[in-house]
Amino acid sequence: MTGRTVSASRRRRSQPHLPLQILLGFLVLYYLVPFWWVVVNSSKDAPGLFGGGNALWFADNIDFIGNLQELFTYNDGIYLRWMFNSALYAVAGGVGATTLAVLAGYGFAKFRFAGRRFGFAVLLGAVMVPQTALVIPTFVLFSELGLTNTIWAVILPTLLNPFGVYLMHVYARDAVPDELLDAGRVDGAGEGRIFLNVALPLMRPAVVTVLLLSVVAAWNNYFLPLAMLSDNRLFPVTVGLDMWQGTAGGNNAGTTPLWSIIIMGALVSVIPLIIAFLLLQRYWRGGLSIGSVK
Amino acid sequence: MTLQMAERTQRTRPKNRKAGKVSRREQATGWLFLAPFALTFLAFLVAPLLYALYLSLFQKQLIGGTSFVFLDNYSKAFTDPTFLDGAWFVVRFSAVSIPIQMLVALGMALILDTVTSAFSRFSRLMIFLPYAIPTVIGALMWGFLYSKSFGPLNDVFGASAPDFLSSQLIFYGLLNIVTWQWTGYYMIILFAALQGIDPTLYEAARIDGASAWQIALRIKIPLITPALLLILVFALIGTLQFFNEPEILRELAAGAISPDYTPNMYAYHQALGLANFNYGAAISFALGGVVFVCVYVFMFLTRKRGSFF
Repeated sequence: MTGRTVSASRRRRSQPHLPLQILLGFLVLYYLVPFWWVVVNSSKDAPGLFGGGNALWFADNIDFIGNLQELFTYNDGIYLRWMFNSALYAVAGGVGATTLAVLAGYGFAKFRFAGRRFGFAVLLGAVMVPQTALVIPTFVLFSELGLTNTIWAVILPTLLNPFGVYLMHVYARDAVPDELLDAGRVDGAGEGRIFLNVALPLMRPAVVTVLLLSVVAAWNNYFLPLAMLSDNRLFPVTVGLDMWQGTAGGNNAGTTPLWSIIIMGALVSVIPLIIAFLLLQRYWRGGLSIGSVK
Repeated sequence: MTLQMAERTQRTRPKNRKAGKVSRREQATGWLFLAPFALTFLAFLVAPLLYALYLSLFQKQLIGGTSFVFLDNYSKAFTDPTFLDGAWFVVRFSAVSIPIQMLVALGMALILDTVTSAFSRFSRLMIFLPYAIPTVIGALMWGFLYSKSFGPLNDVFGASAPDFLSSQLIFYGLLNIVTWQWTGYYMIILFAALQGIDPTLYEAARIDGASAWQIALRIKIPLITPALLLILVFALIGTLQFFNEPEILRELAAGAISPDYTPNMYAYHQALGLANFNYGAAISFALGGVVFVCVYVFMFLTRKRGSFF
């Protein structure tokens, strides 16, 4: 919470603002409707879904557990594999990208070297290159190298996060005093140790922010794995659900039970990140307001 | 989030710590810290772009193999009605969706900055929640809601229910999904900026007889201009490369969305569907170039006022 003395004094003045609160209520409804629909409809079987009952309320027979079982056993339980793949790509790509960004941001902020200015200008340019414009070129290059349809085809390009480097640079420049680094040097500590023991702890809030942004971006990634992967056992959950959706939509008559599984799959797939965001509230709130506190 | 930090970036110039010579050791250490990122940068940004540029200068024919055609692929792209239609859609969509998203996010941030109740804190969290949802799943969920067979619109409106998956209304269907997905994130950025404003400014304004409306308009909004520019840039980069949402809805909205609906989708279907790497690479490169130039020009024009970057 941003409950500093500042907002405390503001709070004392604030009135109930009833009309605004009601407006907020409607906004919350709007933002929650899709979640509600998915929760309700993941409990329905095919007749309940297509039978013309109320789409925003539960059907008579609630088959939540049954659908859950189907989801995890359908097609030899490939869904669980997709979730695992998503987690692998998000963690490996996110942690890797953050590590590179922290090192480079610190390097840009705290050292003077030939080509630094040019390097930084190139970095800012890279922030403006749309990520998806790189997907097809990277795909073409990787297929030349025989790297497509491997986990590396998804993880390696995810390591590139110019915006993360930029954030770390800005934060490190202000949060890590040069005097502290020089003191470490005078004491005879190596640059590696100074970075790990002095600079890194001071940069922690920004590290968490960049990590969160990178992991979310990697978890949500769709275009890159869609282009790179053809073996459905390597799919992340986003591409997998899309494939099921294509199957179910392709021949509507035969595959209606698949819709129940897809809806359940959508619900299960959003749970990990929602839990992560709720648990990490303190961190991302702190991280997102880093800039505005100072 | 990065706004105030960003503001300070202008004095990024190497500080004259010890003005004068930089030791060889410092130079080497700096490069050492940079090296892992620099390598990734070369491998996954510079190399693909150069290769795409190279490929885009060739053409594969059924007879005669691959031949060098210089800029033919580009002149083909910029006269190709399919590509131009896609580009025109993206431009129209940006022109409508970006102002709407910014206004909604700004409105919500101002409300949440004014109302400080437990419910407003809860609302803030709920409004931010879609950010945690992959765009694919978000599009899928809204696709369900729009659907004639299992969406709620039929229950509410009966036979005259609007069909957001039809070719007449798909524009608005997509507009709604994008607004739902991103406004929460933009709101959080603006909210953080609003919380950073010194509240004594409001006290002073109130003593001078300013209304809450005037305070919002004359103090709050001008002071968070850098944050507004930041989300404008985010929205611009995001919308011009539109891909996920229309690609997902393509299955549900049979016929309303063609495989070449946006330039990115066109590039994808050229490269992967038709194995036409050369033309796909040219489209990607043209798209990336256009976005880059647009954003760059925009930053240059707003540089003095906002000083973002």
